[in-house]
Formats: sequence, structure tokens, C-alpha cells
Amino acid sequence: MSLSSARPLDPWRWLVAPLLLALIASVLFAAPIRVFGLHLPEPVFALAPAFAWAVIRPAVLAPFLVLLMGLALDLFWGGPMGLWALSLLVAYGATLFSRSMMTGQSPVMMFVWYAVICALAMATGYLVTMLDALAAPSLLAVLWQYLATIVLFPFAYRLIDRFEDADVRFR
Amino acid sequence: MAFRESPLGELKVPLTWTAAVALVVAAILAVALLLTDRREALREQAYGTARQTVDTVAAPVGQVVAAPVRATGQGLAFVGGYFFAVSENRRLRKELEDMRQWRDVAIALRDTNDRYKTLLGLKTDPPLPMVAARVVSDSRGPFANARLADAGRDKGVTIGNPVLSERGLVGRVVGVSGGVSRVVLLTDIASRTPVMIDRTNARAILAGDGGPNPKLDYLRGRDPVKSGDRVMTSGDGGVIPRGLPVGVAVKGVDGSWRVQLASDSAPIDFVRILLFKDFAQLANETELRQTVMPPVTTENQRESILGPAVPAPTPTPAPPRPATTTPPAARTPAPQAPATATSRPTPPATTTAPPQ
Repeated sequence: MSLSSARPLDPWRWLVAPLLLALIASVLFAAPIRVFGLHLPEPVFALAPAFAWAVIRPAVLAPFLVLLMGLALDLFWGGPMGLWALSLLVAYGATLFSRSMMTGQSPVMMFVWYAVICALAMATGYLVTMLDALAAPSLLAVLWQYLATIVLFPFAYRLIDRFEDADVRFR
Repeated sequence: MAFRESPLGELKVPLTWTAAVALVVAAILAVALLLTDRREALREQAYGTARQTVDTVAAPVGQVVAAPVRATGQGLAFVGGYFFAVSENRRLRKELEDMRQWRDVAIALRDTNDRYKTLLGLKTDPPLPMVAARVVSDSRGPFANARLADAGRDKGVTIGNPVLSERGLVGRVVGVSGGVSRVVLLTDIASRTPVMIDRTNARAILAGDGGPNPKLDYLRGRDPVKSGDRVMTSGDGGVIPRGLPVGVAVKGVDGSWRVQLASDSAPIDFVRILLFKDFAQLANETELRQTVMPPVTTENQRESILGPAVPAPTPTPAPPRPATTTPPAARTPAPQAPATATSRPTPPATTTAPPQ
């Protein structure tokens, strides 16, 4: 077997492009509008690529891009600096830790895995906010954002499906 | 030979470990940034260049993004106006009838109020200047609730300025750059605003929790609030003017008293930023600093209990006799009060809860 089978992934395609798309989507959903008097949901688009990157394969660059993505969200949303950076890194690390058990599972199991990872990220954000503001955030608001985020699973699955086989060393 | 048994498989372990090390380094960086964050300090230096730069870049992007959405919303409202014209007309007629009664009451109260002010010689606060701004971005997650408004330092906006919609208080400015300011909303987890119940005059702190209805904390007295009571700013602490409408008290599902914000029923496109920082700006600082304590003297006219003895005026040769004379006591210089006696207490500069 030749080394050509271990084809490296193009970082622009599997890392930078999803990062930019996630940030653009976050900016779009921050538009100041209401539909029938209701606010738009605010999903954490960045969780989809953070999950998918860890599933596709371990990488040195990915954690730093997750950090960058989280800091961009903190700056844009006006939260404490490092809140989403840490939450996304916890999600990325948990996915990386459990990927050997979960890769290759059915889409339903992948969705359950994604939902658990999202819950972990939100729990981290909840705890960090509690420590930072010395007050407990509204659980209903957290639940609302969590539901808006887990419906983004198709985007994460599409990214995984597209690049999962690109590096056969980590299948 | 199976792939996993090939020598290529050995590459997997080092890369996985390297990725794990990268993850740990990135996590340490995130924690370090979190620990050094001073967003809640509400000071120009604490807001940071990075946040100012992002706000400056995000504002025009937000304007471009919001423009088609806003146009669509206006179109939908225009069409919806036709469908709901009859019910809207009925509602407005009913509201107009109520308002006419309130108008008469308001005129009578204004007259009474003017007479009281005249009798008491009450000095009213001067009108506050304000600037209008368009909201270009709105973050509404559970951990941060903030908006970007397209008026900044160039229009005189400073950190701490209260922000209103057409219905009531929205929040406060926490960051300013050239043409943009970031407004932390009353619903933000870090927001703390001194308020009072209009009916009972009971004081409370309005504490955001990321949800749509912030909580009323530290309520005192027996039954200080009931459902439907109007809530307004109390002005305590001097950081927000008294009497700005905040909302209506409601009982939350968790049993705590919450506020249905008045600003929620208004469009979120435009806000007014009051150019008000604290009550200190209403006073003349120069005049306050010139306060001089009255002279306190003992029986001996040349000794003072406040400081060292006042030197006796040196006798001077009698000048040519003027037309009028001044008594010697009137020419004695008054002793200066210690500097600490004239210092004015500084009001707290923030309503945002600082982390302990």
C-alpha cells in the first residue's frame, strides 16, 4: 500500500471554509428583526464544525481554529472573552475523546452523540457564566438555544460525510 | 495485509497525541483570556481595542445584513395592516377613550404639581440631551444579550449612557468606538439596574438572567408588588435618571417576581441614547471644589482650632486717611479648611454586577 492512500486534507476546504460559513451564519442571525413579535433563535453555528472536525480526524490546527471561532463569537456577541472559546473546545475535546467509539455509527446515533456534545458545550457555558456573573442564567433561554443548535446536525453530518474518507488512517 | 496492521498505522498515535496537546494549549489560552476579561468593569480601557475593532467592523456589516430583512419586515407589516385594520381600529378607539380620561387627569396633576413646585421653590433637573441611533446587530443568547447601535464617540456617547426605545429602558452603553456603541440589555446576565415599583415606591434591583423577563431582586416590605404594577428606574446610585419606564411586574413560572419589559413591545430598529453618565454632570464641579469652611475661632482671636495659629496682621503705618475705614477683623484672612473636608463622595459608576 502506498502513502498516496493517506492523502492529506486541504485545510481550506475542511477547516477554513466551514469556519467562515459558521461565522457568516452567526452574523446573519444577529440581524435585529422579529417575526410576528418573536425574536429569531440564536443557534451556535460554530458547534457544527467543531463537532465535525473532531469526528473527521484529529488535527493540530483544528483546536486553534475552534479557539479562534469561539473568540470571534465572544467578540461579536459581546459576552465574556473566552466563554464560547472554552465551551467549543470542551465540545471538540469530548468528541475527540469519544470518536473511537462513535465513528461509523448510524446517522441516528450520530445525532444523539451530537446532541450530547451540544449539551456538554452549553453546560460549560452555563457554569462559566455562573462563575463570571455570580448568577444563574435562565434555563429556559439555555434550552431554547440548545434546541436551535441541535437542529443544525444535518450541516455537521454533511461535513463529516464529505471528508470522513479523505484520510483513511483515521477511519 | 490489513490496513491497520500496516506501518502507516503507526502515524496515528503521534498525530492524535499532538492534536491532544494542541487542544490543551488552546484550552489554556481560552481560560487565560476568560480570567483576564474585564468586560464588566465598564471602563474605556477595559473594553479593549479588539472589541472596539470588531464592533467597528460589525456595524456596517450588520447594516447591510439588516437592510433587506428590515425592508421585508416593513413590507409584511404593510400587508398585515390591511388584514388587521378593523380589529386595530377598534383597539385604538378603545385606547383613545381611555387616554382622553387620562389626559384630563394629567392636566389637573400638572397644574397641581406646578403649584407645589412654585410653593417649595423646587429646582427641577435640566432636560437631558440624547441621540438617536439605529440598531444594526442583536445578540440574544442566554449568556450575552447586547446590541450594536450606530452612534458612538463621534456623537458624544460615553460608557454608562442609558439607552431607551420609544416605550422604555433598553439597557446601558458598555463599549464605545468611533461610530458604534455596544448596548448591554436589561436581560443580560451581568445587568443590574436599580428600579422601584410605581404604586408602593418599593425599591428593587432588576437582575437579568438571559431570559426575556429579568428578575426583581432584593424586594423589601410586605407585599411590595403585585401583578401589573408599573416598574420604573429609581435613580438610586445616580447612574440612571429616575422615572424611566421599565415595564410591568409579572409573576414568573419559578415563583419569583419578574418584569415584562416595556421595550419588548416596541420595534427594535431604533433607540435613543441619553447622554447622561451620572448625577455629577448636573453639578458645577468647579463651584463644588471651591467650598470653604467658615472660620472657627477660639476666644483668642489669633488662634484657630482648625489649624495653626493665624499670624497676626503686621501693623502697617497708617495710610493717608481714606474717606471710609474697614474694621481690622474684616481684613483677617479666614483659615483654609483641610483638603479632605471639601472632597465630594463619588457615586458608584456601574450598575453591572462586578465579579467578586
